[in-house]
Amino acid sequence: MTDITQTNEGEDQDKDPVSGWQVFFDDPGMLTFLGIASPAIFYLMWGVMEILTVPLAGY
Amino acid sequence: MKSLQEYFTCPDTGLKFHQPVIALAKANIIAAVVYLLAGGLLGIGVALTRWPAIHLLPSEYFYIFLTGHGAAVLLFWIHLFSCGIAYFFCTTPINARLATPKLAWVCFWMMVIGSAIATVMVLTGQATVMFSAYPPLKAHPLFYLGVILFAVGAVGTNFIILATIMKARSEKTYKGSMPLATFGVMTYAIIGIFTWVSGAIIMIPTWLWSMDLISNIDPQMYRLIFWGLAHSTQQMNIVIMITIWYTLAAVLFGARPLSEKVSRTAFVLYLFALQFGSAHHLLSDPGTSFAFRTFTTSYAAYLAVLGSLLHGLTVPGSIELAQRRLGLSHGLFEWLRKAPWANPIFSGLFLSLVIFGFLGGITGVTMSNQQINMIIHNTMYVPGHFHGTVAGGTTLAFFAFSYWLVPIITRRKLAYPKLAQYSIYLFGLGMATFSLFAMAAGHLGVPRRHWDITFADAVLPFQFPGTVQLLMGIAEAGVMVSGIGALFYLLSMFGTFVGKVVEKGAAQPLAEPAGVVAARMHGGTEPAHGKGLEVPGSLILAMVLLIFLAVYYYAQYKYLGTIWTIR
Repeated sequence: MTDITQTNEGEDQDKDPVSGWQVFFDDPGMLTFLGIASPAIFYLMWGVMEILTVPLAGY
Repeated sequence: MKSLQEYFTCPDTGLKFHQPVIALAKANIIAAVVYLLAGGLLGIGVALTRWPAIHLLPSEYFYIFLTGHGAAVLLFWIHLFSCGIAYFFCTTPINARLATPKLAWVCFWMMVIGSAIATVMVLTGQATVMFSAYPPLKAHPLFYLGVILFAVGAVGTNFIILATIMKARSEKTYKGSMPLATFGVMTYAIIGIFTWVSGAIIMIPTWLWSMDLISNIDPQMYRLIFWGLAHSTQQMNIVIMITIWYTLAAVLFGARPLSEKVSRTAFVLYLFALQFGSAHHLLSDPGTSFAFRTFTTSYAAYLAVLGSLLHGLTVPGSIELAQRRLGLSHGLFEWLRKAPWANPIFSGLFLSLVIFGFLGGITGVTMSNQQINMIIHNTMYVPGHFHGTVAGGTTLAFFAFSYWLVPIITRRKLAYPKLAQYSIYLFGLGMATFSLFAMAAGHLGVPRRHWDITFADAVLPFQFPGTVQLLMGIAEAGVMVSGIGALFYLLSMFGTFVGKVVEKGAAQPLAEPAGVVAARMHGGTEPAHGKGLEVPGSLILAMVLLIFLAVYYYAQYKYLGTIWTIR
């Protein structure tokens, strides 16, 4: 197996500064809201509305 | 104040575990492995029946086996295992405690009891409705109750994961942005909430219908909402599989994402767009408009495809960069040629990536196109596709992750390491074979749900060409090979769980000093060092995947054109 023990020590020190984009998506509450709203609206609600509006057979 | 006894620090890796997470992870993995064994045996029965030269089971047993196989592996194996490792991802990388261990145990037992009830109903022939359980097929009420119990336990787990992350965030147990592995499992939990709530919305009325408490379940409404559950459960698999890829790349090579921002964006794309893919099950159904089908499957879902392509570049890219830093920098692919292919943790990671990308991923993209879907809908192409994702992709990643995590949390050396090594190749190549040849048979129109493709008792006889018999034979032979691989995995896991406890060195074959792995899991972007292309090999691999996708897409349309020739 490759020897990998010598190259990565102290690597925490060279982290990039965290961008605003990353901070924005780090918020679990906000991400949960958006992540559930998106498929709920564009898949479930839209699909249910379409099926409910299918005209009934005329017999 | 946190008590030190609450935690266990692995002497091999330096990873710090909240004690309840260890017990929960072990329990979930053991339960999952039991279902892999059961589901695998049932799958062998299905394969030996679909193998035209053998055609083992009579029809009533075939459908029992098929239903049991789908439930045991697609739901119970995958999600019990996912829950177990998700507890690890939401605690250890961010130095967190699990929010509510007692509730987590309640969820675990709900999942175990629910899955056991459903399995008994299937095996006793009282729920022969296949995995999808479409009405008007009706199962015993206990089958639906079992599935509902399982779903409630699973959604509880997802809420616990989110609560744990929120608590850690408010207690500031980690600095800066959360590690990518934790971000990945947060995405998994959010998708999980949508998934299991969709399940409750449709399974509870269906349960009432099975008891004759309500008169009717609209089949089309059932299909729409059911696939919000069933397809999204497979999206959860994808997210946890990719989280595993990043984690194993980190612990094996010290690899870190090429760009945290890009990798997170890919996860966010999954979160917003992956579930739209559920609509590809409805592409041949009446009831929904062209706009709905096309927006969900052919436009919005491509955002998720973009996410997959990003992961497909950044995971091997991060490994390549780490390997090049170690001196494996000659040519385009020395980093890959000299990778530890004998280590099942690495081989499982990489084969999972390749099989998922080339077989599961690309075929999923193309079959989500309404026109192309018409030529393969409800054929063997569909099992070929999803065995490329769920078995060749996710299950193989789970094998690899087990070989890393189980020795650490059990403090036992990995048993039968040679079997572990072979298990990856046998299972991966066997599943890839099944996937490829089943898809080829699907292109020739072989139905996916029919017990007898010779249609021996049909009023109107039909015979497939001899090629189909050959394709199906090779595909099912692939299942036998992968079954041997799965058996080796099960033996290795069983041997590890009952093996002798060791103080140090359990985490072999990693064998790295304490603190190194823990430091790697804290995340961060790989800093740029050189000029020009730093990961040329991975870029070429990603371009090959992209070109393969384009050519495959074209080939599918060309095939469509030959079927519907206008003269």
